[in-house]
Amino acid sequence: MRGFPEYFTIWHIAGHYALRAMAFLVLAFLILPILVIIPLSFNAEPFFTFTQGMLALDPEAYSLRWYSEILNDQKWTLAIWNSFVIGIAAAILATVLGTVAAVGLASPWMPFKRIITALLLSPMIVPLIIIAAGMFFFYTSFGLVGTYPGLIIAHAALGVPFVIITVTATLTGFDRTLFSAGLSLGASPIKVFWDVVIPLIRPGVISGGLFAFVTSFDEVVLVLFLAGPEQRTIPRQMFSGLREQINPTILAVATLLVVVSIALLVTLEFLRRRSERLRGTG
Amino acid sequence: MLKTQDSVFLEFDNVKKSYDQKNLVVKGFNIAVEQGEFITLLGPSGSGKTTVLMMLAGFESVTSGTISIRGNSINRTAPYKRNIGMVFQNYALFPHMTVAENLGYPLSVRGMNKTAQRDRIAEYLKLVELDAFGDRYPGQLSGGQRQRVALARAMIFEPTLILMDEPLGALDKKLREQMQYEITRLHEQLGFTVIYVTHDQTEALSMSNRIAVFNDGIVQQCAPPAELYERPANAFVAEFIGENNFIKGKVDRIEGGRAVVSIPGEGTIVAEAAGGLVEGANSVVSIRPEKLFIHPTTHDHDNEIEAKFIARIYVGDFIRYYFRLADGSEIVVKVLNDLSAPEFSEGDTGRLQWLISDSIAFPDQAEMPETMG
Repeated sequence: MRGFPEYFTIWHIAGHYALRAMAFLVLAFLILPILVIIPLSFNAEPFFTFTQGMLALDPEAYSLRWYSEILNDQKWTLAIWNSFVIGIAAAILATVLGTVAAVGLASPWMPFKRIITALLLSPMIVPLIIIAAGMFFFYTSFGLVGTYPGLIIAHAALGVPFVIITVTATLTGFDRTLFSAGLSLGASPIKVFWDVVIPLIRPGVISGGLFAFVTSFDEVVLVLFLAGPEQRTIPRQMFSGLREQINPTILAVATLLVVVSIALLVTLEFLRRRSERLRGTG
Repeated sequence: MLKTQDSVFLEFDNVKKSYDQKNLVVKGFNIAVEQGEFITLLGPSGSGKTTVLMMLAGFESVTSGTISIRGNSINRTAPYKRNIGMVFQNYALFPHMTVAENLGYPLSVRGMNKTAQRDRIAEYLKLVELDAFGDRYPGQLSGGQRQRVALARAMIFEPTLILMDEPLGALDKKLREQMQYEITRLHEQLGFTVIYVTHDQTEALSMSNRIAVFNDGIVQQCAPPAELYERPANAFVAEFIGENNFIKGKVDRIEGGRAVVSIPGEGTIVAEAAGGLVEGANSVVSIRPEKLFIHPTTHDHDNEIEAKFIARIYVGDFIRYYFRLADGSEIVVKVLNDLSAPEFSEGDTGRLQWLISDSIAFPDQAEMPETMG
C-alpha cells in the first residue's frame, strides 16, 4: 500500500479514513435496499422478513416458489410481455426521432437552436404527473387512451430527450469535414449520412436507445393514466400487487428487474469502451 | 495572360463571395487555368483563398460571377456531382473504414464492381507506396501515411481536377518536404490539374506552375514563382513573398523606366520603377537581403547607402547583419557564411551596395502588411 506523504499529520490521516468511511456509508445507503430484496425473493414463506431458517442458511427455507408464481400468473406474464413490447417499441421510436433531432440540432445553420432543444428536452424536467394529465386529455380526443400505440407514443416522448443528449454528445466529437469529404467523393448527402455519420455516432444512438427503453420499462405514472387493463406493465402490476396481495412475488419481479438493469448497464459500459477504442484510433 | 479559348480548362469569371450580403470576402476573382496546371492560392489567413476553394468544391455558394469547367458553368452543380477530388487539411479519412475501404468508397459510390475496385485500390496503394497498409485503420497510420491515403483517395476516381486545402499544414517540416516532392511527382505522373491552397510561401514557390497571391479578397498578382519573386507587382507581394527590405523616400524623377528616389539623410538611389509610380510622390524601394552587399565587395553595384551596424546573427549557412538607416528603419543583409563575411562592432558605419536591377521602387501604400511566416 502507498504510504502517506511525510508532511501528513494525524489529522490528515484521520480525515483520509473518515472520507473513506463516509463514502462506504453512502454506497451502503444506496445499494442495501436493492440488495436485500434478492435473498428475500427466495423466501419459502410468504413473508417480507428473514425467517429463522434463512438466517441459519437452511436450504429448506429457500425456494423458487415466487418465481414460479410469476410464470403461472397470467397477470404477471401479460405485464412482462407488455413491458417488453411497449419498452422496445417506444425505444425504437424515440431512437429514430431523437437521432434525427440531434443531427438537425448539431447543424450550424439550425435556427432557434436553444428554444427547440429546450422544448425537446422538457419531458425530462416537467413533472411526470403534469405530462400524464395533459396526455390523458389530449389522447382522449384521438382515442389513444387505453391502447398500445397511445402508451408507446407517450413513452417515446419521455425517451427522446435521452437519445438527443447521448447522440449530441457523440456528435460534438464528429468531424464535419468527414461529411464534406463524403460529398467530394461523389456520395449524395443521404448516402454519406448512412455510410459515415451513422456508423460513427452509433454508440450514442444505441446507448440513447437503451436509456429510452429503461425509461419506459420502469415508468408507472403515465401507465396509471393512459393504460387500460390490457396494457398493464410490470411496474403497474407491482403497484397494484403492493396494495392487493402482499407476497414476495413482487420481490421476485424486483429481482428480475435488477438483473435486467445490470445487463443493460454492462451493455452500456461495453459500448462506451468500444467507442473509446474507436475514437482512440480514429 | 492570354489564352486561346479552347485550352482553358477551369475558369473563374469575376467571382464574388459575401457571407453577410454586406462585406465581400472575395472581391472579383478571375483566373483561367489550363489542363494539367498546378495553381497555388497563397495568402495570409482571412484573405479569401480558402473561400475560393470552397466555392470551387461546391461547399460554399457563389454570390456572383461564374465558375466554369470546360466552358460549362458549375455554379448550380451539387458538390457530389462535380467529380472534383479534394484533399483536406486534417485528412478527413473515415475512421471506421480500413485504408482499402476508404479508397474503395468513391469507386463503390460510382457503381464499380468489386474485382475492378480491388485492382484499382491495389494500383493506387502502390502509387503512394502503401502497398502493405490496405487492411489498417487510419488511426494506425502516421500523419504522413494518412496524408498519402487522403491523396490516393482524392485521385482514385480519376478526377481531372484535385483541390488541396493546406494539405501539409499538420505535418512537421521534414515530412512536409517529402510530401511536397510526392505531390509534385504524382501531379507530373498522372497529369491532373491542381488547385492548392496554402499560406506557406516556400511550399507555393517550390510546387506551383503559377501562384495567385491573395490579400483582402483580391488577387495581388498571379504569376509563375520566379516572376513573383523577382518582379513583384506591388509592395504587398514584395513583402509577402520571401524577405525584403523597404527604404522610404520621395521620387525625384522617372526616366527610362527607372526612378531616382531621394532618401532623407542618405542621398539618392536609383531603382526600377513599378507601375503606378509618379514623380514627386512617396515611394518605398525594395531590395532582397541576399542582393545587398557590404563594402568592401567584389560584386558590381550601382547604388550605395550608409547605415549604422546593429547586430550580426549567425544562422549557419549564412549570416544576417542588421543595420539602421538615418530615418530609423532597419535593413537586413544576408551574407553567405564564407571567409569574406565581415566583422563589425556596434555603432560602426557600413556601406551597403546593390544593383539598380535588383531593386524596385513601389508607390508608398499607407499601410505595409505584417510579415507572414
